[in-house]
Amino acid sequence: MSRLAKTLEIRTSPHILSGYSVDTIMFNVVVALLPAALFAVYAFGLAALLTLTVAVGSCVAVEHWISKRNTGRSTAGDWSIVITGLLFGLTLPPGLPLWMTALGGAICVLLGKAVFGGLGQNPFNPALVGRATLQAAFPVSMTSWVDGFTGGRFTQLPSSTLTFPFAHPVYDAVSGATPLAAWKFEKVAVETERLVFGMTNGSAGETSALLIALGGAYLIARNMMNWRIPAAVLGGAFLLSGALHTVNPGEYASPWLMLFSGGLMLGATFMASDMVLADDQPRLLDLWRVYRCGCHRHSYLGRHARGWMYAILLGNAVSPQIDRILQPRLWHAPQGERRMKTESWPMLRAMVGVGLVCGARS
Amino acid sequence: MGLLGLKSFRHGVHPPENKDETASMPIRQFPFAPMLVVPLLQHLGKPAIAVVREGQEVVRGQTIAKPDGFMSVAMHAPASGRIDKIGLTPSITGQMVPAIFLEPLRGSTQETEDGEPCSLETATPAEIIDAVQQAGVVGLGGAAFPTHAKLKIPEGKSIDTLILNGAECEPYLTTDHRVMLEQREDIYLGMRYLLKVTGAERCIIGVESNKMDAVEHLRQGMPADIPATVEALTVKYPQGAEKMLITALLGREVPSGGLPLDTGALCTNVATAAEIGRLLPRGRGIQERVITITGPAVEKKGNYRIPIGTPLRFLLDYVGVSPEVNRVFLGGPMMGMAAPTLDLSITKGTSGVTAFTDAAAERTHSHVYPCIRCGYCLDACPISLNPSDLGVLAKNQEYQRMAEERHLMDCFECGSCSFVCPSHIPLVQMFRVAKAAIRKARVNA
Repeated sequence: MSRLAKTLEIRTSPHILSGYSVDTIMFNVVVALLPAALFAVYAFGLAALLTLTVAVGSCVAVEHWISKRNTGRSTAGDWSIVITGLLFGLTLPPGLPLWMTALGGAICVLLGKAVFGGLGQNPFNPALVGRATLQAAFPVSMTSWVDGFTGGRFTQLPSSTLTFPFAHPVYDAVSGATPLAAWKFEKVAVETERLVFGMTNGSAGETSALLIALGGAYLIARNMMNWRIPAAVLGGAFLLSGALHTVNPGEYASPWLMLFSGGLMLGATFMASDMVLADDQPRLLDLWRVYRCGCHRHSYLGRHARGWMYAILLGNAVSPQIDRILQPRLWHAPQGERRMKTESWPMLRAMVGVGLVCGARS
Repeated sequence: MGLLGLKSFRHGVHPPENKDETASMPIRQFPFAPMLVVPLLQHLGKPAIAVVREGQEVVRGQTIAKPDGFMSVAMHAPASGRIDKIGLTPSITGQMVPAIFLEPLRGSTQETEDGEPCSLETATPAEIIDAVQQAGVVGLGGAAFPTHAKLKIPEGKSIDTLILNGAECEPYLTTDHRVMLEQREDIYLGMRYLLKVTGAERCIIGVESNKMDAVEHLRQGMPADIPATVEALTVKYPQGAEKMLITALLGREVPSGGLPLDTGALCTNVATAAEIGRLLPRGRGIQERVITITGPAVEKKGNYRIPIGTPLRFLLDYVGVSPEVNRVFLGGPMMGMAAPTLDLSITKGTSGVTAFTDAAAERTHSHVYPCIRCGYCLDACPISLNPSDLGVLAKNQEYQRMAEERHLMDCFECGSCSFVCPSHIPLVQMFRVAKAAIRKARVNA
């Protein structure tokens, strides 16, 4: 009897959990990002290493401070902010002055996440909020690319990296254009093999499409990413650019260039599929995807060579509405009541309208 | 149709099965406790009325309580002995319920008294329904719904398919598995009774494919004159839920707010069918049942035929539990209820007892994160609700909207959403609170 004297704990079922937890998922995303990050360090040397370190460090430090201040409990340990820092760092040009990187990291956390209430509440991808802000504030620095694979990359830094805060950065030389910019402004196509393996210029982590896709495959295999999202974004971009290329090969780049260049692979794999922002029940052909394809026209027609960033931000903006409309099929509903009641149809029409206008205008 | 021709339903979850240890252990007889406490309310409905007095001597199998109206069943003496008293005992919900305290006679041979037999050949359906009620048969899968009430088909409805539920999707439990292996003939006879009562044209036994030995065993012995098939189902929780099983086997969906009957199917547990086949020909009642006693904290794990009314404290003392035990569930860990006290009795609805220690308590203590909208719960919910949205509404106590816009009342509380939630949000727990509040509001309105 004495063995059973202990107090019993009463809880309601289920009494076991799957073992998945937010921090394990986030940690696995970090792991999936590591190959691309390591390749960035290999390709750009010290400059990329410093950029990534400062980006992650700045995000973690600011998150720690603001969450402690707001809730009394630091949420910097749940790995989600490390993802933000890494993604942010990977989208930056490796020679970016470090003070800009640090500032951008703070913007990611503060404007991208903290103002909305922290984890799970942010309507936009925090890393892209930071990047878009920097793009607007420092357009020259954000489009000055240092050459990769230079001889002294592990011993020397580009002169711009250590620019004193608010001073004008000095660039060593006119640096190489990214594959998309090369096409857009000079109509020079980079060979697809070089894109796949990352032997090009560009932002720190966006050069190797292969390693990014590898990270995505890892997450899909571990059931931590819905494969439909990257598949739909990449497929949409491929089909649209393929169609345009067929019509006018001189003006529009080949779909392969589109697929493996710039940050599209990174964005499609790690940003569009961000759990907080993606719709709850992604379907391969739902409206959200159609909408995103429309947004991708930025990439081909607009003045920016980096339209995917805005496409994802716009996609983020409409995803809650999509979620509201596309509720799961009702269990054994009578015919005609297959979807849950919704008051959102006018909203949907407005959204599609805005999307088409955006696409057409750019 | 799922993988490899196995039948299944959409969504659902895959908790670790943990059935290996007890699946191969034959059913053993559990000893009589020094005092058996038989609650008069072990089923859904009204408590039975005691027909014995304090101090009276009873024979094992004798009726000690009669049904009070239609939604009630009889109780039978689980042992020969003396009625000590008729008093109150705690139930799993924490409420006190009336119970008969029976002191088994030491040295008795514990012979069971037979009653009025109900012959399969001569009895009419109405007589069989009455015999099922007098035998005290309830759903042995856990819900303890009076079986005779289920068998009484309302005017204008008809049953074409009888489904025997051998899915046993709940982790740890191997009760139905053993019954299928050891009581094949009882199940066949029970099926004959059930087919006669319901007028169904065919019978399907649904068994999860982690019990292929049971599937083969039942197929091989099936008498040629019973129009029955045995179907293997994918191993997925909650495959054994009535609604899911009907969908998996027949492709029919129970209407929102409707009964399984509305699909033309009648579903009962295999163990219930086995009891009907075992008891009715001899006019006996349920005085014992098969349970699995298992879990990381239990030393002598196994499947036992245990007298109804055995106190939980005696049961755990007999099988031996680790000193660190701190959680005991009646049923399995997915849908079982935590025992608030060890003074509970094993009732007809108890399909198992699982005991856990702190070390094996997994992660239920950990921190609750905000919802990260991963959508795992949407992929888990077997009836395609939106637990993510429902969770937000529950937090804001918008119970009416949960019911009207998000169909909360369809939820049968399987707990798949809470199981998968990486933020550890107690979703199904919040839904239970919400459902109770809605029901209360409807009663008051």
